Order: sequence, then C-alpha cells, then structure tokens
Amino acid sequence: MAERPLASALRQGLEALGGGAIAKIRRLGFAARFFVAIVLNSGTAFRRFRLTIREIYFAGVLSLVIILVSGLFVGMVLGLQGYDTLQRYGSSDALGILVALSLVRELGPVIAGLLFASRAGSAITAEIGLMKATEQLAAMEMMAVNPIARVVAPRFWAGVISMPLLAALFSAMGIFGGYLVGVRLIGVDEGSFWSQMQSSVDVREDILNGVIKSLVFGVAVTWIAVFEGYDAPPTAEGVSGATTRTVVTSSLAILALDFVLTALMFTGGNGK
Amino acid sequence: MAIAPIVEIDKVSFGYDAARPVLHGVSLRIEPGSVVGIMGQSGCGKTTLLRIIAGWLKASAGTARVLGESVRELDSKGIYALRRKMGMLFQFGALFTDMTVFDNVAFQMREHTDLPPDLVHDLVMMKLEAVGLRGAAQRMPSELSGGMARRVALARAVALDPHLMLYDEPFTGLDPISLGVIARLIRTLNDSLGQTSIVVSHDVEECFDIVDYVYFVSAGRVVAEGTPHELRRSAEPFVSQFVLGKPDGPIPFHYPAPGYEADLAAGARHG
Repeated sequence: MAERPLASALRQGLEALGGGAIAKIRRLGFAARFFVAIVLNSGTAFRRFRLTIREIYFAGVLSLVIILVSGLFVGMVLGLQGYDTLQRYGSSDALGILVALSLVRELGPVIAGLLFASRAGSAITAEIGLMKATEQLAAMEMMAVNPIARVVAPRFWAGVISMPLLAALFSAMGIFGGYLVGVRLIGVDEGSFWSQMQSSVDVREDILNGVIKSLVFGVAVTWIAVFEGYDAPPTAEGVSGATTRTVVTSSLAILALDFVLTALMFTGGNGK
Repeated sequence: MAIAPIVEIDKVSFGYDAARPVLHGVSLRIEPGSVVGIMGQSGCGKTTLLRIIAGWLKASAGTARVLGESVRELDSKGIYALRRKMGMLFQFGALFTDMTVFDNVAFQMREHTDLPPDLVHDLVMMKLEAVGLRGAAQRMPSELSGGMARRVALARAVALDPHLMLYDEPFTGLDPISLGVIARLIRTLNDSLGQTSIVVSHDVEECFDIVDYVYFVSAGRVVAEGTPHELRRSAEPFVSQFVLGKPDGPIPFHYPAPGYEADLAAGARHG
C-alpha cells in the first residue's frame, strides 16, 4: 500500500535526521581514532625533531606578527577600558592587576587560540588537504612511508608546542600595551602599576592555569586542523570546505573548552 | 621448471560496497621482466586492480600474489615491506610540492636507508641523469612542465631499484614529445634495471608500442588478452572498437536512458 504523503515526508525527515546523526558520530569516532594514531605514530616527530622544528616555524614563527600586534592592541584597549571603570571607584592604581589577570587567565589563551586557529590551523588543513588531493599522501604510502608519522604528527606537535608560547607572548605584549596606555598616556603611577601586578598575580593559580588552557587549546585546534585536512574530500571544493570547518569548529571548541576549564580552575577552589 | 610469475591474480572480485561491484573474477599472470598493459575505458576497474596489487585495497574474493606474497594476508607492516620492493608512478606525478626535485628523488633513500649524504647525492644524480633532468635538480616542482614533473616522479619511483613498477595512466595530459619520452623510459628502465612493469592506460598506440602483453578490462572483467600484434588483428568486437576508437559498438555511445520519444514528450508536457 502506498504511504500517505505526510507520513512519507515525516519518514524521510526522520531518516535524514538519523542518517545525519549517525554520520556525525561516525566522523567523531574516526577523529578519535585518528588522534590515537597520531600519538602512536609520534616517534618520527621526536626522533627526527627537525621535521617538527620546520613546522614550528610555519605554525608558530609565522604567526608571531599577528599575535604580537593583536596582543598590543588588546592590552591598549584593556588599559583604556580598565582605567575608565576603575577610576570611578577611585582604584585606578589596580589597573596593573586588571590588565595582567585578564590577559593571563583569559584573553591571552583565548584570543591567541582564536588567532592561531585562523592563521595556522587553516594553513595546516589546506596544506594536508591539498597534499591528499594531489596524491602526495598516496605517493608517500606507496613509498612505504606512513603519512601520519611523516606529515601529520610533526604538524600536530608543532602546534601543541607553539600555542602556549604564542599565548604567553600575546599576554606579555598585552601587558606592555596596557602599560603604554595606562602609565605613559593616562598617567597611572608606574610603581603601583607594576608592584600591584606582582603581588596579585599568582604563578600557580593564574599563570600556570593560563598555560594549561593554552596547551589544551593547542591540542584541540591542531587536532581539528590535521583531521579536517586528512579527511577532506580530494577536490578544490572539499579542501576549501575543510579549511572553513577548521576555523569554525576550532573557534567554537576554544570558547566551549574555555568555559569548562575556567569552571574547573577558578571556581570553588578557595578551600586550598 | 617454469619461473614463478611476479604477479598472479586469481579470480579476484572487489566492490567498494555490495551494491557496486567493480571487479568480477579477474585473473591474470605477469611474468618476470615483462611490461604488461592493463587497458580499458575510464571507470572499468583497471586502477582498482592496480590498487589491489599495491595492497591498497583488499580483494573481497580470490587471491592476489605479488612478489611471492599473498597480499590479502599481510598486515600493514608486511604491506609496507612489500611496497619497498615496488615503485608507482601516479597519474600526475604526485611530487612533493614543498621539496626540490633533488629532495623528491632522495626522499625514499633518506627515509629507508642510512646512506651517507654524498652517496645519496650521487645516486640521485644517476637517477635524474637517466630521465635527462640532472640539470633541474634544484628546481621546485611548480617550476616544471607536466612532462618534466612526470619524469622526476619516475626517477623518484625507481630510486630504490624496485622489482615491480606500477604505472597509473602515465600518458595522460602529455604533449606528443613528452609522451614518447615517457613511453621509451618505461621500456628502457624496465629492461636495464631488470624490473617488471604494469602499465594501466587507455592510450592504445603508446601502450602497444612498449608492452609485451595486454589485458583488456571492461566492466570489471578481463574481456581479451594477447600480445599487441594479436590484438591489432583481433576480430573480437570490443577489442576492435577500443583499438580503432569507434564511437559505437559493444560499448554503447549512449548512457542508459528511457525512450527518447517519451523524454521529449515529457518536456512538451512541462512546457
């Protein structure tokens, strides 16, 4: 018996929904297995460390300009906004603390992560995707060289190593920007700017937690980037779609992970 | 006693999924030292066959023995060990675009051997000399013409003197001169290095000039085989259609479609 149009449309809709969900979960499973494969095949990336150093140059060193310039401007804006708010309560001396804590705990890792995703993550995806589209990965397989060990793992570890360093430089540059605006331009007292910052920023509580955040973001962004590149359909359209997905997915991942990490690190921890 | 064949494919079937079988019970034997052509239209399954020989795909039925090993039973380590005795030339060369020509050819030597740098240098230069591109050693792949890139890829594929060479559509997109050069190189490298070669192609003339034996594949089956001389005189309709390039024959010009009149009438109704 023929189905009624409504029932048939409903069935098709449900089928599409179920099919879509299964495809997403399968891809997630593949991404997880891919992560395990990267870790298991990391020997080459460390034994022949110059392969990884080369990728640190491409992912890290070439991202320096955008990271440093952005850090400077973010710090300068923090200086202006922070001063404007603090002076209403007569506590503009605390500007140093505000700038430093905002950067080290949050803005440094998060903004550096977002910039890293769009600058280096997209480049990694496009490069691996194009290597796949032009059969370079297949050629490597045919020459009995594992592309995950030779191409993917060095890029992955380069991203993981670069990210915390970039976040630290971003924060340092931001603090300098805050100093330029707050102390040099507005005239907050230089002594209290630095001394309050020194006495209030804790190495473990603030700086180490910031470094952990940036390390987690580095793993997330680079994992997404290498996976999207490796999994990209081998066409021009496929590679461009994968590059876009890298930037979108890793930006969302950074923001979501930031919430989770902040909740774990900075709340309810006062009993220590 | 007969010499064991380098490649022996016995009743191999394969499909990417159950609904779309690509190969049906294909059998072929490739003798040491020969250059064998696997020919057929695009999409007939010949590249799939090459990938089964390379251990890339696993046959769903039948056995594939390559260089004495049953490919299906090998784990990934065994496949890699087997591939070190094979070389493959990809359709468009697949050179590593971030390395110079020299580094491309040296790639396998550096990955798989501990040869000192000056020996690697000399070996790379010998391989490049064999394809006539010693002068281009320091160029990047983007600076090469299509034919030159294919020759560099050939030098790279034979870098470790493989026993078996696989050529996936080596003539596609080349000008007549480059095409002749590649064809001659396939034959001379095969004979001078004592290799065995499999050439997957649909270019009849170039292929017939250099191969010793040809298998014709159509719709996933071997439909004809023989030496080029035999096949040129073959009365088999498929072979003559393919060799002479006739638009219609056993391989129809038209993609399957409903009746022409019914289609036109449907157009009139929509109009």
